[in-house]
Amino acid sequence: MKCADILVIGGGPGGLGAAIEAAKAGASVLLVDENPRMGGQLYKQIHKFFGSQTHYAGQRGFDIADTLIAEAARAGVELLPQTRALGCFDEGQFALLSLANQDATRLRTMKARRVILATGAKENAVAFPGWTLPGVMTAGAAQTLANIYGVLPGKRILILGSGNVGLIVGYQLMQAGAQVLGIVDVLPSVHGYEVHAAKLRRANVPIYLGSTVVEARGETRVQQVIIGQVDACFQPIEGTHQTIECDTVLLAVGLSPRTEIAAMFGCDMTFERRLGGLMPIHDETMCTSNQTIYVCGDLAGVEEASTALDEGRLAGIHAAAACGYGDEARHARVAALQSSLNTLRSGMHGQPRKEAKNDILQLAHRKGIVGETI
Amino acid sequence: MRKVFIDCPQNIPCNPCQFCCPTSAITIGEDITNPPQVNLEKCIGCGRCVAACPGQACFLVDTEFHPGIASVDFPYEYLPLPTAGMRVQAQDNCGAVLCTGLVVAVVAAKAGDHTPVVRLSVPREFAYQVRSIAHLPAE
Repeated sequence: MKCADILVIGGGPGGLGAAIEAAKAGASVLLVDENPRMGGQLYKQIHKFFGSQTHYAGQRGFDIADTLIAEAARAGVELLPQTRALGCFDEGQFALLSLANQDATRLRTMKARRVILATGAKENAVAFPGWTLPGVMTAGAAQTLANIYGVLPGKRILILGSGNVGLIVGYQLMQAGAQVLGIVDVLPSVHGYEVHAAKLRRANVPIYLGSTVVEARGETRVQQVIIGQVDACFQPIEGTHQTIECDTVLLAVGLSPRTEIAAMFGCDMTFERRLGGLMPIHDETMCTSNQTIYVCGDLAGVEEASTALDEGRLAGIHAAAACGYGDEARHARVAALQSSLNTLRSGMHGQPRKEAKNDILQLAHRKGIVGETI
Repeated sequence: MRKVFIDCPQNIPCNPCQFCCPTSAITIGEDITNPPQVNLEKCIGCGRCVAACPGQACFLVDTEFHPGIASVDFPYEYLPLPTAGMRVQAQDNCGAVLCTGLVVAVVAAKAGDHTPVVRLSVPREFAYQVRSIAHLPAE
């Protein structure tokens, strides 16, 4: 049976950061991801990234993915794309299903001393009359169609949600030749970065704040959408409705951590609204209530790629140390990563996440969740 | 002379402008959510920040381009690209048309990583309001 010190599940920025650090510390690392290639959502990101220079800011997302994958390969990480981690069985055996092979070898088991979960997040949806019509999809789905497969999901697009995902996908679809007819959000102000919103405003895209999608209409697919203003309880206000002729509605209404595997491993959960909802409780070493399981990235609270990368690196260092790997320099490295995370979680958009993260750490302490000291 | 003009209104974690500047005219500092500080005396108007800024918030303005005419450099990531000599509609930060502008140059430098920079000449009174142009119809 295949054995590794550390199994990392999920090859986005969090999982890649974790695998790189653990392998650099000297651990044998297997990184699995169900997608055709590693990189997670980075491959869909054709825009230049925010963040600091040390997090590859200014580079386009897909270039950052290539950089991290190459770094992981150089560090000795065994990369296994098209492989789904099914779960954990008795005595630390993990079942891996290859999505590439259809023969008898496609299902195999392996052993690992520590597991780092970097399963990311899933997109939220919102229901309204007509939401099952073809043409209504999540913003991430539209981004996959356009930026991975080169297929424009529609020509006349309305986006629900003014967070960075909605704003960025709107900009990218305009670059691809679609018309964005508006961004709709129940909030009184734009939720994402103003500089992202400005890219749309400069292109004459209206932003309907304090408004929501009331109904999507169409025979065989979306043909028109009714939007209307909402009151203080987010209920539609009569007489404010307007009709927008469009063929596509994108839902960009937040993300939730993908907790299925963490729950299967018995990790204690908490509900933290500011970080996307239900998520595994973890301490500052990224260790969960199951001492062999570490978490990072959006699974450990929905944030963004730079924080996922740093959290992954922290999880990788600590999981490797728990297996007996790493030198004295790791303490300084951990301090630098924690300081970097602290800086990323500041400013008007970051501060609420910092407070929520601190609450998670305190909850972990109260529950006695403590990773192995290194 | 062309000088940088930055419209970066929020404390967001971002600092490529500081690192791409060859003369240290732009400073973010240790805390990367600080807004950029510009030292105009150090700015040589090279325009690297215009293409580098992920928020498309950096511009170059030359108020003395010609008598009564200013030039504005801005990033433009749409196809088709304008070409030098074209007359186009200059727009403000809300997409409102300000005036007609003349395309002076379109530069797609390798360092700009696929972000072309358009230089437009406009009446001087609009120098600090121009952010982009009306998109050109598909060919």
